[in-house]
Amino acid sequence: MAHEKNHDYHILNPSLWPLLGSIFGFIMLFGAVLFFHDNGPWVLIAGFLGVLYVMYGWWSETVDENHAGDHTPVVLIGLRYGFILFIMSEIMFFAAWFWSFFKHAMYPMGEMSPIQDSVWPPVGIETFDPWHLPLINTLILLCSGAAATWAHHALTHDENREDMKWGLIVAIALGAIFTIFQAYEYSHAAFGFSGNIYGANFFMATGFHGFHVIVGTIFLFICLMRVLRGHFSAQSHLGFEAAAWYWHFVDVVWLFLFAAVYVWGG
Amino acid sequence: MADAAIHGHEQAEQRTFFTRWFMSTNHKDIGILYLVVSALVGFISVAFTIYMRLELMEPGVQYMCLNEFGEAAPRLISSGTDCYAPNGHLWNVLVTAHGILMMFFVVIPALFGGFGNYFMPLQIGAPDMAFPRMNNLSFWLYIAGTTLAICSVLAPGGNGQAGSGVGWVLYPPLSVNEAGMSMDLAIFAVHVSGASSILGAINMITTFLNMRAPGMTLFKVPLFAWSIFITAWLILLSLPVLAGAITMLLTDRNFGTTFFDPSGGGDPILYQHILWFFGHPEVYIIILPGFGLISHVIATFARKPVFGYLPMVWALIAIGVLGFVVWAHHMYTVGMSLTQQSYFMLATMVIAVPTGIKVFSWIATIWGGSIDFKTPMLWAFGFLFLFTLGGVTGIVLAQAPLDRAYHDTYYVVAHFHYVMSLGAVFTIFAGIYYYFGKMTGRAYPEWAGKLHFWMMFIGANLTFFPQHFLGRQGMPRRYIDYPEAFAYWNMWSSIGAFLSFASFILFFGIIAYSLLRGAKITKNNYWNEYADTLEWTLPSPPPEHTFEILPKQEQWDKSNAH
Repeated sequence: MAHEKNHDYHILNPSLWPLLGSIFGFIMLFGAVLFFHDNGPWVLIAGFLGVLYVMYGWWSETVDENHAGDHTPVVLIGLRYGFILFIMSEIMFFAAWFWSFFKHAMYPMGEMSPIQDSVWPPVGIETFDPWHLPLINTLILLCSGAAATWAHHALTHDENREDMKWGLIVAIALGAIFTIFQAYEYSHAAFGFSGNIYGANFFMATGFHGFHVIVGTIFLFICLMRVLRGHFSAQSHLGFEAAAWYWHFVDVVWLFLFAAVYVWGG
Repeated sequence: MADAAIHGHEQAEQRTFFTRWFMSTNHKDIGILYLVVSALVGFISVAFTIYMRLELMEPGVQYMCLNEFGEAAPRLISSGTDCYAPNGHLWNVLVTAHGILMMFFVVIPALFGGFGNYFMPLQIGAPDMAFPRMNNLSFWLYIAGTTLAICSVLAPGGNGQAGSGVGWVLYPPLSVNEAGMSMDLAIFAVHVSGASSILGAINMITTFLNMRAPGMTLFKVPLFAWSIFITAWLILLSLPVLAGAITMLLTDRNFGTTFFDPSGGGDPILYQHILWFFGHPEVYIIILPGFGLISHVIATFARKPVFGYLPMVWALIAIGVLGFVVWAHHMYTVGMSLTQQSYFMLATMVIAVPTGIKVFSWIATIWGGSIDFKTPMLWAFGFLFLFTLGGVTGIVLAQAPLDRAYHDTYYVVAHFHYVMSLGAVFTIFAGIYYYFGKMTGRAYPEWAGKLHFWMMFIGANLTFFPQHFLGRQGMPRRYIDYPEAFAYWNMWSSIGAFLSFASFILFFGIIAYSLLRGAKITKNNYWNEYADTLEWTLPSPPPEHTFEILPKQEQWDKSNAH
């Protein structure tokens, strides 16, 4: 804005992204409803692509603003607050899925409910052995988190961009392997998604986690691209920090899923 | 500041209409957008209820008709005869739409989005919100959500008609079984409105924590800004849980999961628990910003600093925390154990303590003050009286044994309309009259504002007070018709609703007149020295960008509180 400001806060220029984003969001959701009612996926896909375009455009602009020096220390603090709060809201989203899981696992519904509880896992449900693939996946995800931390330390302690690059590559690769293993596990499930509460809880909770893993992997991948372009310094690397926080959040959700859904609830 | 102000006006004129209102990154413009749109949506939502009260005015069904082919044939003018058959679906759709629109698309956007956006940054001396562009995303997602909600009313739904008639709480099994697209659109409308509110909450919390004026420590922040901060936390922590619950509804409807279907091992009561875990914080999300506004209005027109600033802040915090642990008092009749019912009963009554602190502090502020009965103060008095009344019936309903009798009767309808329709909405009107001059630079005619108040005060009381009697006599809610025995008070209730509606139309008239012809305001502070927060140091209306030089402590620290 043209005239003098005497503070370090970030005053933004008018922007079309919010309007575009919500138009595409509307198209996407309206398309989803059409899709649910057998009218084809095309409106949904068009809206989704539009949303992706807005994300790309908007966040590229944010990165450019950072390079233009708009992100003063106080603005960076604000962005950190914002991201932590976003993760808190995500935690509460998972609270709903854990709520459903624990309710059904502790007070399973049956003929005599609520006077007498039924059994968990429900009769006829064959669950996964937690100490095979799920355990390996746990280790993979934790190693991925460690690799992200390696990248973080490489940057902050001695600004070693080469190590940071490799740390990110390892983290991303492990994240991708996790997703592939989850898909493999899903394809071998002895229970279905629909028609039974075990499958509904299992697939929705781990499925939403899997979705977050994919998002986190993309987030780390963007950071890798930015490293290759010479972005980030020991002092200024908020985008990477947010990606790392997000990745650790995804890690922790998995630990709860592993302990509750796979081990205790299996 | 004066130079900057003049400069700011030039700036404002350089922006095109589209840039200013569609691409805004300015918290004041976005606040005004929120207020305008929520007023329009409010009008739609109120119009629905007028049609409902018209139907309820006399026993029998005269307006919401089905013809002999079973098609919807609604009438606007009664032919003096009953319908061929009543159209219960239309009735249910209107009940549902009124609830969803009011809860998600009128009151929160007006108080949290409108006043919160406009005045919270001003009160803490911040130049704008922390994330101005995301702020606009919140607003446009609100528009997207509203559009989805309206689509839901018009789209094919249950019973071969348009719209979904499941009630705003969207309880399964009906919400899972109802045919058509309408229910899915309603679910997405709530999703989008939730996303909008969560982004708004992130923005408000960050602004509050990170952008207070130099020297403004937490316990020097004005009460309205505090109330927005607490509200933002409630939104941030409760709305994602609702998002989870309605996602389960969505998959139950469309992908065959059985979260809420006992035949697949699911449990419909689970939905009620998760919904009300959100739903109870939700009622505080609606009322807390109003608490903040009222504190300023009362202090200004009693010409006294607000009594008990610190307890007021802690009461807000306590209400926020307690709001998360009382949800099942909405569900006493679902078959919970006595232990659970006792807990929820006790926890609920504990909330009366911080709420009492607030009410008594407002009264103590008024006590011994030199009271100026300007329009905003009338609304504040109206709020105090009605909110307290609604709070007292709330204590009655909190008793599990009494709730056995009152559950799903008009007593409940009367209770929550006293706290929301009369509590929250009165604070919105108090805020509009208090800040109208500040936002527009024009004064409203005082007599017209007072006329609006008295019409609405009498109208709303006439609508809802008799509903206590109806509830005690056992009239169930959510029905299109009732036996002859309930006719008398229903007639009065409808007359009251029409009077309120007339006052609402008068309100639009007052706004239109004041915008075009209202006297110009030249003073920064057109009330008195007890309106001592930072927005009153700015011109009316404030320039496009405010606090480009951050305010100094002597501008806002009157040491009134502490």
